[in-house]
Amino acid sequence: MIKVQEEDFSLTDEITFLKKRCNNIGALSTFIGIVRDKREDEKLVSMTLEHYPGMTEKMLNKIDTEALNRWDLLATTIIHRYGKLLPGEQIVLVITASKHRKEAIESCHFIIDWLKTKGPFWKYEKTVDKGFWVDAKSQDLDEELKWNN
Amino acid sequence: MKVLYFSWIKDKLGKSHEEIQVSDNIKTINDLITLLKQNNENYKDVFKDTSSIKVSINMETASFEDSVNDNDEVAFFPPMTGG
Repeated sequence: MIKVQEEDFSLTDEITFLKKRCNNIGALSTFIGIVRDKREDEKLVSMTLEHYPGMTEKMLNKIDTEALNRWDLLATTIIHRYGKLLPGEQIVLVITASKHRKEAIESCHFIIDWLKTKGPFWKYEKTVDKGFWVDAKSQDLDEELKWNN
Repeated sequence: MKVLYFSWIKDKLGKSHEEIQVSDNIKTINDLITLLKQNNENYKDVFKDTSSIKVSINMETASFEDSVNDNDEVAFFPPMTGG
């Protein structure tokens, strides 16, 4: 299941919803991305996430489908927020459920790695007196590519 | 053709989207870029180094050699920074 939304999410609520969608769960893996309070050494005031409505849902569904094809999963949840977020706020949630731990842990890692480079989002960080579009990190591309092996 | 811009590309061009009238000789994304660069210096600046730009056609990741037609929705953006 994927959701692209401006509002915050609750990990507890989302785990409850996911558990209702399937049974025989033996393992749950979760990842939450959070807005840091610093940009390098400067205090971060806010982070605004721009996205491409329509393509975002398309790409998140593709990532979700790819994870379900690669691992034996019982359910998945991907929630990605957009709009203006403050330091400490939640950006993204990934939950994967399976019978055994390996599938849940690996697929959760895979989904967040692919979201980094394939999710059509762009981050704009504001410090007290400046604003910056965040550059993609080559390390994120390397992390994505390792799943091709 | 609807053309969309995101992130710093949108800021540099001062617009998030526009409708472009394309003639039959615009066959690929590269042709479209050549056409856009004729608009003004901002477009020339944005498209001077396309290695830092990604493109999509109808919300699917595409390459600069891919074909386009008048009904397509094309978007230009820098590498994504999701997650």
